[in-house]
Amino acid sequence: MSAAVQREPDRRAGWARAGRRIRRWQLLLRYLLLLAVLALTIGPFLWQLSTSLKGPGEDIYRYPPSLLPHRFTLDNYAGVAETIPVWDFALNSLKVAVTNVLTNCAGAALAGYALARMRFTGRKSALVVFIMAMLVPVESIMIAQFVTMRELQLNNTLLGVVLPGCIGAMNVLLMRNAFAALPYEVEEAAFVDGANAWQRFVRIALPSVRGTLAVVAIFAFMGAWDDFLWPLIVLSDQSKFTLTIGLNFLHGTFADNQRLVAAGTVIAVLPLIVLFACLQRSFFRGVGEGAVKG
Amino acid sequence: MTPGERFTVAEAPAVTPPPAPARRPDRGTRTQLPSSPWLFLAPGLLIVAAFSLYPFLSTVAHSFTDARTLTAGQFVGGANYRELIHDAMFWTGLRNSLLYVLGVVPLLVMLPLLLAMLVQRRLPGITFFRAAFYTPVVASVVVVGLIWVWLLDDRGLINALLEGLGFGKVGFLSDPWLLLLSAMAVTVWKGLGYYMIIYLAALANVPRELHEACAVDGAGAVRRFLTVTVPAVRSTMVLVAALSSVAAFKVFSEVYLMAGPTGGPGGEDTTLVMLVQQVGTGLSGRVGYASALSVVVFVLTLGLMLLVLRANRKEDA
Repeated sequence: MSAAVQREPDRRAGWARAGRRIRRWQLLLRYLLLLAVLALTIGPFLWQLSTSLKGPGEDIYRYPPSLLPHRFTLDNYAGVAETIPVWDFALNSLKVAVTNVLTNCAGAALAGYALARMRFTGRKSALVVFIMAMLVPVESIMIAQFVTMRELQLNNTLLGVVLPGCIGAMNVLLMRNAFAALPYEVEEAAFVDGANAWQRFVRIALPSVRGTLAVVAIFAFMGAWDDFLWPLIVLSDQSKFTLTIGLNFLHGTFADNQRLVAAGTVIAVLPLIVLFACLQRSFFRGVGEGAVKG
Repeated sequence: MTPGERFTVAEAPAVTPPPAPARRPDRGTRTQLPSSPWLFLAPGLLIVAAFSLYPFLSTVAHSFTDARTLTAGQFVGGANYRELIHDAMFWTGLRNSLLYVLGVVPLLVMLPLLLAMLVQRRLPGITFFRAAFYTPVVASVVVVGLIWVWLLDDRGLINALLEGLGFGKVGFLSDPWLLLLSAMAVTVWKGLGYYMIIYLAALANVPRELHEACAVDGAGAVRRFLTVTVPAVRSTMVLVAALSSVAAFKVFSEVYLMAGPTGGPGGEDTTLVMLVQQVGTGLSGRVGYASALSVVVFVLTLGLMLLVLRANRKEDA
């Protein structure tokens, strides 16, 4: 008994000491691992950036490879613009992405609010429609969408690129969950005061779900800016190309000029990385919030 | 795919609306905007019906016809499906898509979990690492594909390093099998950050006390991982398995960019979705046959998801 009592504090002290010691070299190990993963995740982007900045006199295939360009130049960026109308492609991508953000935020918020906060017959059926739409993979309906677009004469237009995803069923359900999580009391006063659903939606409910709205907006932008398969199917005329399709074209036509391809990819990815870097704080918070609620 | 896919669609809490106040006379100064629920729902329902549900039904209908892009086509019964069974390209595509699932899913279930544990602890600079690890997710798959084509090229960085170390060149992009493996590696690389975020949210809900209690009992890191972390995030692991297997099965862009539009020499690396795109689009696209392929993609996707969920339930029992 007394032996046990004596041993107990000893062991605890020993564990604490060991714990602290482990923590110190664990910290070092952690940072080493973090740096290794960092090299693995952004290293390839840096290599691409470096290639795009290397002048024509520099051997980009040489060994040992060098990450820093010896003959630094921005000519490759001008070169891309001479080879393909890269800024027009970027503008097309921007149009599609901004439209996608606006339609998704507005449409999904409206529908989500009705599903979460309004009582009416047919509410359950409407919900089921969105759930079913979410379960249908885009890849298995793209041919039918392509035919539909042909019938609507929207093939080879940016409108045709935007339409199928302009209000995502998933976003509707996301917004619905966000509205449903709001306490009902916030709207009660306005309700008693005679505000109609539209006024309650715009003035009270919508400002309370900004976090989810931000996540929907970021994903809508990324989804549209990065999409490849659907624009590849819909667009055939070079003047309508979005950046991703244009890049694929650049890759196919000028595969040998790696510097130009590299410059093109940097043009395509840089705006998104900057945008994400600016918004990442609210993005991670929004995603985290949603996960805890869900 | 959006991160929203992990939200369960819970039924709305049964909120009893407050008793409707006696209708007050409108004050008249405020313009009453329309507020019928159906007006709120109309845009969403319209888009979803026109561009998801109708195309789905018309895909099924088309799959029984010999429609082409420019012609409506006749009803041909199950002819497309019979042709499919004898189509070598279909089996190649199916094989590659299934191999993709087998190769990619285990890695995407495990690696992002380890990564999430690595960035979970609040350390100085950790937000930077989190955001940086997410970069490949943010980048377009086209950009990612082109970057890796450049890295894995015969004259690319990785082969330069391999040669410098005394190994020979490796034909990452020329050998059909290595090309498929390379594409899988790129998919895993691009997906790590996405699933890391999902795990990060799940790990935040694991009580610290469990780890501490386990540590007091003398359990090492590996043991704590197996007895505390894994059971706590099990449902998330199943979700990641379901999401990643569905995504892997439908792979298109990575292989398209690395192998070329026709899936390399002899189409050896074609996946099912690449086949759908090849067969069904363009002015002479065989819409009927591509629709039959699409139906197969749909059924197998659904089956794959059910299989993952079912495997999970069996383990629970």
